[in-house]
Amino acid sequence: MEHALKTPRETSSPDPTRRPQTVVRPAEESGTPQVKMRTELLRAWFGPTEVLKGISLPILKNRVTAIIGPSGCGKSTLLRCLNRMHEVVPGARVEGKAYLDEQNIYEASVNPIRVRQRIGMVFQKANPFPTMSIRNNVLAGLRLQGVRPRSPDELVEKALRQAALWDEVKDILDRSGVSLSGGQQQRLCIARALVLEPEVLLMDEPCSALDPIATAKIEDLIYELRNSYTVVIVTHNMQQAARVADFTAFLYLGELIEYDKTDTIFRTPRDPRTEAYITGRFG
Amino acid sequence: MSIHTAIPAHLPARTALHERRRLTERLVGAVLFACAIVSLITTVGIILVLIVETAGFFQEVSLRDFFGDTQWTPLFAKKHFGIWALVAGTALTSAIAVFTAVPLGLLAAAYLSEFAEERVRRVLKPIMEILAGIPTVVYGYFALTFVTPLLQKVVPGLAGFNALSPGLVMGIMIFPTIASLSEDALYAVPTSLREAAYALGATRLATTFRVVIPSAFSGIVAAIILGVSRAVGETMIVTIAAGQQPRFTFDPRVPVETMTAYIVQVSLGDTPTGTLEFRTIFAVGMMLFVFTLALNMVAHRLRQHILKGSLW
Ligand SMILES: Nc1ncnc2c1ncn2[C@@H]1O[C@H](COP(=O)(O)OP(=O)(O)OP(=O)(O)O)[C@@H](O)[C@H]1O
Ligand SMILES: [Mg+2]
Repeated sequence: MEHALKTPRETSSPDPTRRPQTVVRPAEESGTPQVKMRTELLRAWFGPTEVLKGISLPILKNRVTAIIGPSGCGKSTLLRCLNRMHEVVPGARVEGKAYLDEQNIYEASVNPIRVRQRIGMVFQKANPFPTMSIRNNVLAGLRLQGVRPRSPDELVEKALRQAALWDEVKDILDRSGVSLSGGQQQRLCIARALVLEPEVLLMDEPCSALDPIATAKIEDLIYELRNSYTVVIVTHNMQQAARVADFTAFLYLGELIEYDKTDTIFRTPRDPRTEAYITGRFG
Repeated sequence: MSIHTAIPAHLPARTALHERRRLTERLVGAVLFACAIVSLITTVGIILVLIVETAGFFQEVSLRDFFGDTQWTPLFAKKHFGIWALVAGTALTSAIAVFTAVPLGLLAAAYLSEFAEERVRRVLKPIMEILAGIPTVVYGYFALTFVTPLLQKVVPGLAGFNALSPGLVMGIMIFPTIASLSEDALYAVPTSLREAAYALGATRLATTFRVVIPSAFSGIVAAIILGVSRAVGETMIVTIAAGQQPRFTFDPRVPVETMTAYIVQVSLGDTPTGTLEFRTIFAVGMMLFVFTLALNMVAHRLRQHILKGSLW
C-alpha cells in the first residue's frame, strides 16, 4: 500500500503536513494512466495576435495537471481552448485539435454546449451571478441546462462543503452571491462548477484570492477530486503546483516549453527557461 | 501640533493662476446652481398652480362626485364629474400600448444585444431610434386613417374611433424607447457573467433569458416605466384616433377619451377660463400628475428591491 500516499515534497512545500495523508489513489494509478484530453498543435488568436503557437499537451485521467508560466504567456487561453470558451471572445480564433476521449472537440459536428457540459471551468476572476442567491448560484448550472434536481438542498450543501464554504454561508444561503467577499465568491464559483460533476475540471488560479487556510482546503479538495475527475489547474504559485499536481506544463510566450511529472519539472527541469522560471529568476 | 505642519514647505504658494481657477470654478458652480434652481422653481410653480386650481375645483365639486361616479360630462347641462371614465380611457389605451411595446421591445433588445452581429447592431439600432423621433401627430393620423380601417377588416364591431388602434400605434411609438434603453442595459451586463453561463453548459438562449436579462432588470424596468409614462402622457395619438367620448369601459372597440385628450379638448374649445368647466382640466391634470408620480415611485421601489437582490 506504499503507493497509496503521495510523498510530501518538503523541498518545495512550506508545510508538508498540510498534504492530505489519507487520500487513497485510484486503482488504476499503479498502471499507466489513461489520456482524458490531449491537444494537438493547438493555436489560438486574439484578432491578429497569435497567443498560443501550437500546443501539444496530454491531460491524464484522474490526475491533476498544472499549467505554469509567466503572466501573459497564454495559460488562461489554453485552458479556455479546452472547453471551447476561447471562441466566445469576439475576434478570437482557434486552430488545431483538442481531443476529449479521442473525440476532437473542434470538429464541426461537435456542439460546444455539450463540450462545456462535460468540462467544467472556474474562472480566474470570480463571477457569481449577482441576481441569484448563494443557493441559486450553486444550482445555476443545473437550472441553465434545464435540469430539475430532486434534492437541491443536499446538492447545495455537498458542493459548498467541498468548496470549503458551507460553514461560512449556511445561514445566509438566500443572500445575493455578490454579497460575499472576493475569496468567498471564488469558492462559490468552485461549488457552482462542482455541482455539475464534470468529467474534467479546469481551474484558472482558483486560490488567487484565498487566505492560506481556504487555500489549503481547496488544495485538499483538488487532491480528492482526482479520484473521480480530471483536473487542470493554472497557478502562479510554485508550491501549489508542487503540492497538488501530478504533472506540470510550463508555458512561455505561447509555447509549451516543458511537460513532465511535477517532480521532474521541479527537481530536474530539462529546459533552462523552466529552471529560470521555477527558481524565480524571471516571470 | 497641527496637520498643516505635514505640508512640505517647498510647495508653491497660491499663485494668481490658482486664484483665477478658483474664481472660474465658483462661477461655473453658481451658474449650474442657478440652472438647478430654475428647474426646481418651475416644478414647484406647476405643482402649486395645480394644487390651487384643484383645490378651487373641489370647493365646488365634492370628492364623492369625482371619485364615486363613472360618468364624465362636465361640459353638458347635466354635469357628472366621474373621473374614472377618463382614467379608464387612459388605462385602456396605455395598457394596449404597453402590452404591444414591452414584448416587442424586449425581444428586439435581446436580439440586438445578444444575437445580432456587431455590424448588424450598429446599423439597426439607429434606424430603430429614428422611429422614436417621428412626430406624434403623424402617428395619430396613421392610426386613424390606416390602422383603424385595417383592423376593422379583422375585428368585428370596431368603431371608427376606438382604443385599440391608437393603443397599438402608441405601442409602436414607445417600442423604440423601450428597445433602445433595454438594449443599453443588456449590453452593459459584464461579459464575465455570460461566460460564466456558457461555461456551465448553457445555451445562448438560456444565458440571455436567465442571466443577462435578469442582470439588466433594473435598467429594463426603467425603460418600461419610461415607456409607460410616455403612453400615459401621450396626447396627440389618442386625441386624433380614440374619439373624444369619455366612457367607463374596457372594451377596446368603442370610442373613449383619455385624461390628456380631455385637457386638449377643453383647452382648444371655447370654454371660458375661470369657470368650473375650465377648472376641470386642472383636476384632471392633477390626476395625471399623481399617476405619473406613482409610476415613478413604483419604479424606484422595484429598483431598490432588485439592487438588494431580494427579488431573485
Ligand atoms: N480579450 C483579449 N483580447 C486581446 N488579447 C488578449 C485578450 N485576453 C488575453 N489577451 C492576450 O493574450 C495573451 C495570453 O493571455 P492569457 O490571459 O492567456 O495569459 P495568462 O497566462 O493567463 O496570464 P495571467 O497569468 O496574467 O493570467 C496575453 O498576451 C494577452 O495580452
Ligand atoms: Mg490568466
